[in-house]
This record gives sequence, structure tokens and C-alpha cells, in this order.
Amino acid sequence: MLQAEQVAAFRGERLVLRDVDFSVPAGGTMLLVGPNGSGKSTLLRLLAGLLRPAAGRVLWDGEDALADLATHGARLVYVGHQDAVKPGLTAAENLKFAALAGGGDLAAGLAALDLAHLADLPARMLSAGQKRRLALARLAVSTAALWLLDEPTLGLDTASVARFGGLLARHRARGGMVVAATHLPLPLADAAELRLG
Amino acid sequence: MTLFLAILGRELRLALRHGGDTVAVLLFFVVAVMLFPLAIGPEPKMLGTVAPGIVWVCALLAALLPLDRLFGADFEDGSLDLLLLSGLPAFAVVGAKALAHWVVTGLPLLLAAGPLAIMLRMPTVALPVLLASLVPGTLMLSLLGATGAAVVLGARRGGVLLPLLVLPLAVPVLIFGAGAPAAVALGQSARPELLLLGALLAGGLPLCPIAGGAALRAAVE
Repeated sequence: MLQAEQVAAFRGERLVLRDVDFSVPAGGTMLLVGPNGSGKSTLLRLLAGLLRPAAGRVLWDGEDALADLATHGARLVYVGHQDAVKPGLTAAENLKFAALAGGGDLAAGLAALDLAHLADLPARMLSAGQKRRLALARLAVSTAALWLLDEPTLGLDTASVARFGGLLARHRARGGMVVAATHLPLPLADAAELRLG
Repeated sequence: MTLFLAILGRELRLALRHGGDTVAVLLFFVVAVMLFPLAIGPEPKMLGTVAPGIVWVCALLAALLPLDRLFGADFEDGSLDLLLLSGLPAFAVVGAKALAHWVVTGLPLLLAAGPLAIMLRMPTVALPVLLASLVPGTLMLSLLGATGAAVVLGARRGGVLLPLLVLPLAVPVLIFGAGAPAAVALGQSARPELLLLGALLAGGLPLCPIAGGAALRAAVE
């Protein structure tokens, strides 16, 4: 279970989050909604442990999640708005490190996002949508309990969104948690909403 | 450990795909060393005396060249977030990057240093000592360089800031590194210099990654 207590955070000089309270149970989902600049991405980075909260606590099963950042990092997969795809490596090579860190199967991960036929293609030849799918494939190769998603379906076609929906459903059935920031409708049933800004 | 090796392997694969970077560093090293005989004259005795210093200074400058891309590319495309979230502590990420920098840059410089020293007519007795001093020396430069690269990450004009930060820190390495072959050329033992280089490396090996790791954490915020 992931909890936030009275969390506040700065982005640059500006206080973008204050008094944020929520909890996500195992198998639960939370959508972060709000206008641009309301702190959705900031909150996701904070939950990932990439950003220190200015006040408040983030709890994992009742204990301070950010005390050991390396351990916390292994508990989650973060898909930011950047794809983090290296143009010089092939699709499979790009995903290899995530598969090793996440403890999942590389080939199955590529297949889950319909990338198997592109596995040996250098990533610089992939389209924007295919790169996005490659970034999302990191979710499929991980056994981590928490997924932090920043506009995950941006640039995806409808077939890929459906595949991504299947991935989300399997993750939740395993007891996994999802926290996602989005402006587009996500293929998620009964998600809780947290309104920011 | 598997993840550490995976980062190293990924870096080496990327370096192999962009092989031009390593070649550029080597060529810079060769050209910079070759400028000295042209500038101070081809007199063999004089060149032989200053050869260890020339090789060391040029190796130091060449090692700085690829540093701004060491974390810069990963920082810009979001890969750095993933490295820090992989479950490895931040100091291990810096350690893997420093080791990759050494394999891609330090090792080729080490291999090129011998022929260049011979070209400068360095006394042959000093040649093994020059190479022996460059092994811990280049390792130390990679550690300091990776730390510096992590510190200037995200700063505007980081590329200019980086040498200003790393070069003063590299001064002790340079003094003992260039001092070792110079001592042998004068008929003295190079043991104190080599031991001091080893001591610097023993200090830098734990301290640089820790400092660099803290800097990386600050950079992604």
C-alpha cells in the first residue's frame, strides 16, 4: 500500500504541491487530474523518489518509502513523458536493462506491446508511437508492484491503447498499483481520482 | 552486481556504436602531443626531458573531452531516471559510468601513450614506469571526471565548467603521475610516486562515486 501524508513539493522556486493526502491499496489505481502545471508530473517524480518532498511523508506499507531510495526504486517502474530510448541501440537492447532490473522476460515484454518484429531494428528508425510502446514495454518486463505513469498513452494508436489496457488489468489482478497522470481517457476501470491545482 | 555489469555493458555497446567518439579522443591526444616538438623544437635531449609531462598533460586533457556526454545524454533523454530507479544505489551508477569511461577513453590513451613517448625520445628506462603511472592515473582521472560530470549536470554551460572543476582536482594525480617517469629518467626510484598514486586511487575509489551519486540525485531533482 502506498500512502502520502501532507506532502508538499517545490518545482524550482514555486510551491506546486501542498497538503496532498492519498492512499493507494494493493490492486488500486489513482488518476492524477488537473490543468497543466498543477504538479502531476512533480508528484509522480516525488513518488518515485527522484524528488525530495519539502514536507510530509510517503509511506510504503506504513514505513517511510524514501528512506532507502535504491530499494524504493526497485519497487516501482516509472514511465515519464520522455521515452528514454537510446537511438543507437536496437529495440531489444534498449529493453534489456529494464528486463534485467525488473526480473521479467525480454521477448514476452516486446510481444506484449507488439514490438517483437521490431526487436532488432535500431531505435532511431522507430516512429514516435513505437518509441512510446518501447517505453511502455518496460512495464511488461517488470515484476515491480508500483507503476508510475506520466501521460502513458500519448501518441499511441487505438490497438496499442487496448494492449496497454490488458497490461494494466493483468498488473492490477496481481495486486499491483498504478498511479497515472493523464489528460486522455485511460483503459482503466474504477480508478480513484486525485484532483490537483 | 549484475545490474552494475549491465550498465557497463550498455555503455560499452553505445560507445562501440558511436566509435567515432573514442577515435576523436585518441586523435586529439596524438595531435596535441605532436604540437610540442613543433612548438619547442625537435632537440632530442630537451624533448626527452619534458616527454613524461607532455604525455601526462595531453592524456589529462584528452580524458576530459567525452566527460560532458557521460551523463549528459542520459540526463536529456530520461535514461538517467531509469538508472537511478533500477535498484542500484546512485554511487554504483557513477562507479559503472566511471569504469566505462576508463575502458572507452583511459585504456586507449594508455595504449597510445607508449608510442607517443618513444616519438618524443623519452629515455626507454622510463617507459614502463610511465605506463605503470598511467594505469592508476587514468583510473583516477575517470573517477574524478565522472564526479565532476555529475556535479555540473543540469548546469548551463556545464561543458565549460567541467574542466574548471576537474583540472584542479587532478593536479595531485598529474604531479605524481608525471613525476614517476621523470624520477626514473634521473636515475632515482619511482616507488614513492607510484605508491602515492595508488594511495590517491584508494581514496578516490570510494569517495568519488559517493560524491558523484549525491550530485546525480541532486541533478534529477
